Amino acid sequence: MSQPPVSTFTDALDGLGVGWRNTTTADFPAALADAIEAPAVGTALPFEGVSLDGADVTVPPTPAELREATTGVTPVFGGIAQYGSVVVESRPEGDELVALYPERHVAVLRESDLVGGVDDAIEDRRARIAAGRDSAVLATGVSATADMGATVEGVHGPREVHVIVLRDR
Amino acid sequence: MSADNESRAERIRRLLDTEGPTVKQNAQGFNEGRYAAMADVDGEKLRSEARRIKEDAIERLPELIETARESVEENGGSVYLADDAADANDYLAEVCADADSVVKSKSMTTEELDVNEGLEAAGVDVTETDLGEFVLQVADEAPSHLIAPGFHKSTDEIAELFNARFDPAEPLETPEQLTTFARDHLGDRIRSADVGMTGANFVLAESGTLALVTNEGNARKCAVTPDTHVAVAGVEKLIPSVDELGPMVELLARSATGQEISQYLSLLTPPTDSPTIDFDSTEPIGGGAEDREFHLVLVDNGRFEMRDDEGLRETLYCVRCGACSNSCANFQHVGGHAFGGETYTGGIATGWEAGVEGTDSAAEFNDLCTGCSRCVNACPVKIDIPWINTVVRDRINRGAEPDAVDSLVDGLVPDDEEPGMDLGKRAFGNVGTLAKLGSATAPVSNWLADSAPVRGLLERGLGVDARRGLPEFQRETLQKWDRKRDAAVREPHDDRAVVLFPDVFTNYVDPERGKAAVRVLEALGVPVRVAGVVGSGRAPFSQGMIATAREQAEAVDDALSPHLDAGRDAVFVEPSDLAMVRSEYEKLLPANRAETLAGGSYEVLEYVYGLLENGVDPEPLPRGDGERLTYHAHCQQRTLGLDAHTEAVLGRLGYDVATTEAECCGMAGSFGYKADYYDLSVAVGESLADEVRESDGPEDRRVVASGTSCEEQLTDLLDRSATHPIELLDPER
Ligand code: SF4
Repeated sequence: MSQPPVSTFTDALDGLGVGWRNTTTADFPAALADAIEAPAVGTALPFEGVSLDGADVTVPPTPAELREATTGVTPVFGGIAQYGSVVVESRPEGDELVALYPERHVAVLRESDLVGGVDDAIEDRRARIAAGRDSAVLATGVSATADMGATVEGVHGPREVHVIVLRDR
Repeated sequence: MSADNESRAERIRRLLDTEGPTVKQNAQGFNEGRYAAMADVDGEKLRSEARRIKEDAIERLPELIETARESVEENGGSVYLADDAADANDYLAEVCADADSVVKSKSMTTEELDVNEGLEAAGVDVTETDLGEFVLQVADEAPSHLIAPGFHKSTDEIAELFNARFDPAEPLETPEQLTTFARDHLGDRIRSADVGMTGANFVLAESGTLALVTNEGNARKCAVTPDTHVAVAGVEKLIPSVDELGPMVELLARSATGQEISQYLSLLTPPTDSPTIDFDSTEPIGGGAEDREFHLVLVDNGRFEMRDDEGLRETLYCVRCGACSNSCANFQHVGGHAFGGETYTGGIATGWEAGVEGTDSAAEFNDLCTGCSRCVNACPVKIDIPWINTVVRDRINRGAEPDAVDSLVDGLVPDDEEPGMDLGKRAFGNVGTLAKLGSATAPVSNWLADSAPVRGLLERGLGVDARRGLPEFQRETLQKWDRKRDAAVREPHDDRAVVLFPDVFTNYVDPERGKAAVRVLEALGVPVRVAGVVGSGRAPFSQGMIATAREQAEAVDDALSPHLDAGRDAVFVEPSDLAMVRSEYEKLLPANRAETLAGGSYEVLEYVYGLLENGVDPEPLPRGDGERLTYHAHCQQRTLGLDAHTEAVLGRLGYDVATTEAECCGMAGSFGYKADYYDLSVAVGESLADEVRESDGPEDRRVVASGTSCEEQLTDLLDRSATHPIELLDPER
């Protein structure tokens, strides 16, 4: 699997209307502060050199905080450059809930986790399934429906998605 | 909601007026989206792979079920294989015994099983959370489409429904307001539910993983919010492992909605590691995953029998994308409710209903498939959907006992069908015999046929709509003309020679098209003779008279083989007859015979295109000199990919060619003649006629169509006659 250029991914995000910011571990706190709309909740970031500590983000939230949050911050474990998808894993920390319930999902992605297309992402999934990290959602853009007679964004899932790409990870 | 005493024609008329406009907008929107999305990928390769994966999975089904059982149990879940709907509902009632409420994401399989009714009878409150399903639940209506169950409903209708039911403080009006309202309402239900129920688009046996393809996010919420997750899936949803998933993911959203990929592709291996959540708790989330429960209910409900049934087995490859419905001209105009069916409706639904409910349920709407074949290339797993419709139609014709043969009666009728089959269908299926008789007795037969008493008889006895003009039979058939003429090849072109195939229409009704074909080919240096057999068997085939069609295919084989052996190419004026030979004979004749015939047969403009490409000088053919025309290719011709040849030839000869997009003209052989379907046929035709009018500009364009049916339909609906393209090329024009 060769690493696709990050611009392919961010172009796809532009096409989806998903916001993004390229940053480094050093500049992450600022990028995060810009990305969140309070109140924010999150799950711990397992990526070296970054953390939600010190940010205005409640980790872990109570169910009521989750419900009332505007923003949910989670790590994502992969991105599909071609489609602008991010991989939300069902971690015990509650990524799936935090990425799903609030109106705005802020996804933190290591650039090295980017893959080219669906086939690569599935290849990746296979390795993770074998390793026991066996549940995830490939999320592309925002939740949407056409069932009310026109396309409406923000149904059961987030209305806005923003991806922070860690260029040095 | 349809009155019981409403006739079929009335029902279609009502739906054309009520649900038709919304359905048309949505179905055509999905259909156009599919074309655009498939243009970005190697569709042929992906579809072949997907087809192979499903063939293999259905072949190995018993083994995959066992593998899935082991893996799910190892993960800590349970698997139940339900024989039928009652069995599935009993099991679900048991699983939900302690539950007060269940939230569901969209699942046609649970519709098939009537799960909601079953659970409600057991005292469980059931809420559909997919917005389309929720609308139908509130309206108490059946789905009208595989993936967009409520797509017959307009925004205004939904607003009226919600305002009446929920009486909101501010009346709801816009799609945004309706969505917000539904999200909040359903959000409450999801947060308090005891059980979340989902379907599955695929079940990966090796790891026990569910693949769920959705856009709204409700399946994610239903799966993660309540502690108990129940997934209900037909056994055909099993594929071996994640390795087989790639082509499915690439194809499903493209085929269904025209998206590159759906918003959410959940690959859940439940019970998942997500923490449980109780919205009444004040503790931070985390932990509790060990309390998660997971039940996978795999459903047989007729599928194993389908697997053993040659005619229906392919249905199990279906990934339920809905593309076959979206590409169906009839579906586009009336929607799923006209097609009937207990659960499934339109396109592949004949196969599903026949397999799951029985032939009777499929019989209701099987007629609405005209065999236009536009769904064939749309299907991501290459299911021959029209063939399934034909097989089921044949079974309906034959009644309850498919193998019954009454040899005495059989000997007295001109076909190989069973006594008692619908008279109208039988007449349409035997149109070749009737045409021969009509031609032999022309013009008297034409006067008679057009007389009021005979038209009345035809309508009452055979269901032929009196509003349609009848074909006028010619005394001198194409074959007769050919026997009398002197062949006229000016300069023979090397090695090619042609045997022209006389279809029923060209031979008896419009020999001029055939004569034009002969003159064009001979002018290009190719000697032509006309074959001694008439009709490919298309007419009986489209009425589901498979045995009769097979007999005709054998006659065609006998007649054409000596010509092919002698090095001649078989050329067809009528695309539906060519499509018969190229696509259908493989089901009617031994493989080697079908292959030889298919390999040696050409559509007439395809053949001319080939000659010109190979350096034959088009000098003897008349030029278009920029004449403006609109060309409508025949549906089956487009499926074979042969529309481009006609466009190229007309362009090369100097015509200014506009083309149409409509999937079908709506006439489709005998379909438009049938009194029950006249209005639908005209509605479909009007969409095409509108396209022609739009391309006209200040002055009318000449209308050119390759199919007999299309010519008739367009001539009927526009006040100008349509021409076969070969007639434009006629040197004697
Ligand atoms: S038959 Fe093919 S096109 Fe129709 S729903 Fe099934 S997979 Fe889709």
